[in-house]
Amino acid sequence: MSRLVIDQVTVHYPGAARGVAALQDVSLVIDPEQLVVALGPSGCGKTTLLNLIAGFLQPTSGRILLDDRLVSGPSAERGVVFQDDALLPWLNVLDNVAFGLQLRGLPGAEREATARRTLQLVDLQEFEQHPIWQLSGGMRQRVGLARGLAADPRVLLLDEPFAALDAFTREQMQELLLRLWRKTRKQIFLITHDLEEAVFLATDLILLSPRPGRVAERMKLDFGHRHANGESARSIKSDPRFIETREHVLSLVFAQREVSTT
Amino acid sequence: MTPTEMSIGDNSRSTAFASEQAPARPAGNFLLSVNTISTLTIIFLLVVWWATTTAGLIAPLFLPSPQAVLGKFWLVTTKGFMDSTLWQHLAASLGRVVCALIAAVVLAIPTGIAIGLSRIAQGVLDPLIELYRPVPPLAYLPLIVIWFGIGELSKVLLIFLAIYAPIAIATAGGVRQVSQNRLRAAQSLGATRVQLLRYVVLPSAVPDILTGIRIGLGTGWSTLVAAELVAATSGLGFMVQSAAQFLVTDVVILGIAVIAIIAFALELSLRALSRRLAPWREQGIS
Repeated sequence: MSRLVIDQVTVHYPGAARGVAALQDVSLVIDPEQLVVALGPSGCGKTTLLNLIAGFLQPTSGRILLDDRLVSGPSAERGVVFQDDALLPWLNVLDNVAFGLQLRGLPGAEREATARRTLQLVDLQEFEQHPIWQLSGGMRQRVGLARGLAADPRVLLLDEPFAALDAFTREQMQELLLRLWRKTRKQIFLITHDLEEAVFLATDLILLSPRPGRVAERMKLDFGHRHANGESARSIKSDPRFIETREHVLSLVFAQREVSTT
Repeated sequence: MTPTEMSIGDNSRSTAFASEQAPARPAGNFLLSVNTISTLTIIFLLVVWWATTTAGLIAPLFLPSPQAVLGKFWLVTTKGFMDSTLWQHLAASLGRVVCALIAAVVLAIPTGIAIGLSRIAQGVLDPLIELYRPVPPLAYLPLIVIWFGIGELSKVLLIFLAIYAPIAIATAGGVRQVSQNRLRAAQSLGATRVQLLRYVVLPSAVPDILTGIRIGLGTGWSTLVAAELVAATSGLGFMVQSAAQFLVTDVVILGIAVIAIIAFALELSLRALSRRLAPWREQGIS
């Protein structure tokens, strides 16, 4: 099982105001079977953090290790699901899901079998021959998830995956993500600015604060576990403990705001 | 080609919403579709043409009647004009344009990819293309004749140059506009640089390449007459010019009409090809 270590990472963007780091001394460990959610307002560096882990970006100082090996660029061991699905419109649903396996050089029959199995996980088996531009936003996002999972990465990174969806679809997608997490036992790193989503999904919640982007708070939560163990989303989200936690995180966000504005 | 078909192509964009997706029309609009109006316009023009010429308002030397042109059409297709039938003229012209097009596609797409991907290629090739592209083909035709003589090569080369630039420029634009997230998605699925080019960049640029070919073919076709100024013995451009020298106005009009219809047919078929190969563009996905 893999272990992802982010070790005192700092990022300065070239040309940005002197002294203000996009990320400052961020350290984080993502262990097997964890679902780590980074929550924060825009500008807190959560996208930067995800891009670093994905290897799209190099830290100014500090390092990122996956199983003690330095992350130096994008690779198939760290799959990414994007907010705008980033699917390939000239391929149908099945070929999009099989794309990672195609890049790996797997023979057609084998990759299609894997893609079909993965599509079943996200309940899209009936749509495998559809062009992706005929699907709704939520379905496209499920194809994106399936594409990430089919390549069997060690870590799955999700960049505000449900932010563009309507509230009903978003809740369904959150439940789907928890089911997938439970079934595949992948470790997941997700960024979001949706507070309820963060509290509901996270086993480990990281609260980021802006200018400079740094970790303001960490907490362990178990609502995602509870849902994965069969409790319904509605019952969890109306549980007083859930509401209390959500309000607590909200007050932390506001406290951060006051600190940064004064 | 009937006027109806012509108007369908002309208005495919504006009617996409009006007629295919929403049968209901906005209030206050009258009941004729854009296609019908376009068809009526063309019929009206034909009627005016027929009426003025039949009434003898214009001398046939300046404007022959539609019947005369149709009669000439029959004569030129069966007996020929300047030693070739209409189909032979058409085949000669199409042959030149197709040769030039194939050469342009084969050379311009790699050029465009290089410009889009590499700063050095962009620095070297961009100014060359941008310098010659705005020059009218008739202006550099004499130089091409001095360098390459008056044979087929010069004619094809002139058309080639007209087609090459738009395709190269459009390809470079398409390559540069590839969505960053698509590239990143492929990278995080393990794509190598070659795989990125083959599986993401090239397919992403296909719609732009097709647009380039469409524009290039348009300019190439309009360069045809210029190309056939030079010692040609067949071709539509040659036919029109020699007819003009003998003041055979009906052949001039016939030639122009055939050139127009072919240009329009090329345009329509490339649009159809574009819709077939990149249907997602119609859905607003880049």
